Amino acid sequence: MSRYILQRVLEALPLLLLITIVTYFLMNLAPGGPLAVYLHNPKVTPATLHRLSIQLGLNQPWYARYFSWLWALLHGNWGYSYFSGQSVISLIGQRLPNTLILMGSSFLIALVIGIPLGVYVATHQYSFQDHAFSFLSFFAWAMPSFFFGLLLQTLFAVKLGWFPVSGMYSVYAPPSLIELLWHLVLPATVLGLGSLAGWSRYMRSGILEVIRQDYVRTARAKGLNERTVIWKHAFKNALLPIVTILGLDLPGFFGGAVITEEIFAWPGMGRLFLSALNNRDYPVEMAGLLISAVLLVVGNLLADLAYSFLDPRIQYR
Amino acid sequence: MVLTPEPNPSPEGDRVASPRQGAGFFRRLFRHRLALLGFMVLAMMVLASVFAPLITHQSPTEPNLFQTLLPPSGQHWLGTDELGRDVFTRLLYGGRVSFIVGVASTAIATTMGTVYGAVSGFFGGWTDRLMMRFVDLILSFPAIFLLLVVLNLLGGQASVLVMVLYLGFFGWGGLARIVRSQVLSLKHQEFVEAARALGSGRMRLLFRHVLPGAMAPVWVSAAFGIGGNMLAEASLDFLGFGLSPAIPSWGNMLSSAQNYIVTNPIMILAPGLTITIAVVAINFVGDGLRDALDPRSTAGMQRIG
Repeated sequence: MSRYILQRVLEALPLLLLITIVTYFLMNLAPGGPLAVYLHNPKVTPATLHRLSIQLGLNQPWYARYFSWLWALLHGNWGYSYFSGQSVISLIGQRLPNTLILMGSSFLIALVIGIPLGVYVATHQYSFQDHAFSFLSFFAWAMPSFFFGLLLQTLFAVKLGWFPVSGMYSVYAPPSLIELLWHLVLPATVLGLGSLAGWSRYMRSGILEVIRQDYVRTARAKGLNERTVIWKHAFKNALLPIVTILGLDLPGFFGGAVITEEIFAWPGMGRLFLSALNNRDYPVEMAGLLISAVLLVVGNLLADLAYSFLDPRIQYR
Repeated sequence: MVLTPEPNPSPEGDRVASPRQGAGFFRRLFRHRLALLGFMVLAMMVLASVFAPLITHQSPTEPNLFQTLLPPSGQHWLGTDELGRDVFTRLLYGGRVSFIVGVASTAIATTMGTVYGAVSGFFGGWTDRLMMRFVDLILSFPAIFLLLVVLNLLGGQASVLVMVLYLGFFGWGGLARIVRSQVLSLKHQEFVEAARALGSGRMRLLFRHVLPGAMAPVWVSAAFGIGGNMLAEASLDFLGFGLSPAIPSWGNMLSSAQNYIVTNPIMILAPGLTITIAVVAINFVGDGLRDALDPRSTAGMQRIG
């Protein structure tokens, strides 16, 4: 098992390297460059600009900068933001946990509601609830997440005042877990809704497929009650294909977080990445990309591992 | 895709698929009531966008600063936006942009994915291994982040053509894998051997005999892809990395309306509900297609936003 993990990680390394090269090249093509913000500032003289560009290494060609970036990274140095001068690793340290909190809670919401919901409607196939669920899940899936987010924000935060409009903590109250959870409700719901709809639909069709099979009929025939049949026998096998989807959706949460964080001013990686794009802050951009790429690789690996864990017939060596 | 009035994304696919499916296919599809409903709603929306100049005589882009942010009235059915442009008119013209982006980018992605996957699966061996490695690579790129980096080159001023190309070239990897596995399972079957024995060349074997049997998941994923790409385009507009604000698209309407969501909610509700209904309708058709063509497939919509 550990050999398999090691092999997958080693396979991923050249890929990550290639991703960094391509993206570094691409982001250097963006118009303006990192110093464009200073161009219209009368206090910044051409001499200062020149000194800045030497200081930041911007007078070198992109590949030279790429290699010095990579070299520093291999030594554990993620570089410094062109914009704020803060070290990138401390920026990530501030922002990544917030994004992980947001991703984790929406993942949990989608899982805890979506999976049982799928089982419920599958065991009540063609009932009113089933049809209502199908119809609603189509809408949940199709609604642009930012539109849904803006609606929730306006209704529950601005009009009704039940939840805070944005941010992670209130300015007037000391940070606490309750505060955090209260601020999390709306963004986590927005980020989780699409997956909730998707996963419950997969779960529904998974259960429907499984309960027609012989071993479920056997379980029923030996007199087990319906609850045991569904949750002990059908559920586990129907869960198998979902596990892969959970892993594959993981990076999607990171991508979706960009939009959710933008709406709710959640101080996470997504907003950091967007402002880095606008400021042409290459070291910060690279960090965002690299983390999302790593997440994608890890997500795929987790999905495969979970699959082999749940299905003993599959062995990875 | 045979269903939508838009240009056909993959002419060779249509030619090989239609004789097999024929009228029974439509009967099966429209027995699925939601698919029929979705199809009718879509047809209505597409016709309304195409014939927008006949429905409304106002301009979707010309600002009129004397009548900004008006509430709905007989003259402006859905009111006016912050620059005094008629929201209903912009909605009609915005449909053109959204449908063109959705359909054209999906057409590119579908054609690329189908041909790529088919060739890879059919030729096998080293070709296959190399080609699939490349797909792994494409699918390992964090889509939205890379898309944002690329679109940043244009500073949120992309043209419709650029948006179509970007979404098209980013979205074919998954389909290539599906088509490849279909082709792999078909290529050693007897009817293919028979055609080979009768002297068919490799290209003829692949495109005339093997591929038609592998097309079911292609149509399904194309249907879902249109909705997914329409949403992706709107999300990119919202983030400020999408089409130039001068283009009347549903995403741009939503993006500028967010500042007036409390004072003038119709401005955001109109495009938001329209795009939701359009994507739901597309997915109903996709669901019907799946039930009619490929009931076991798990092909579904890929979401970026």
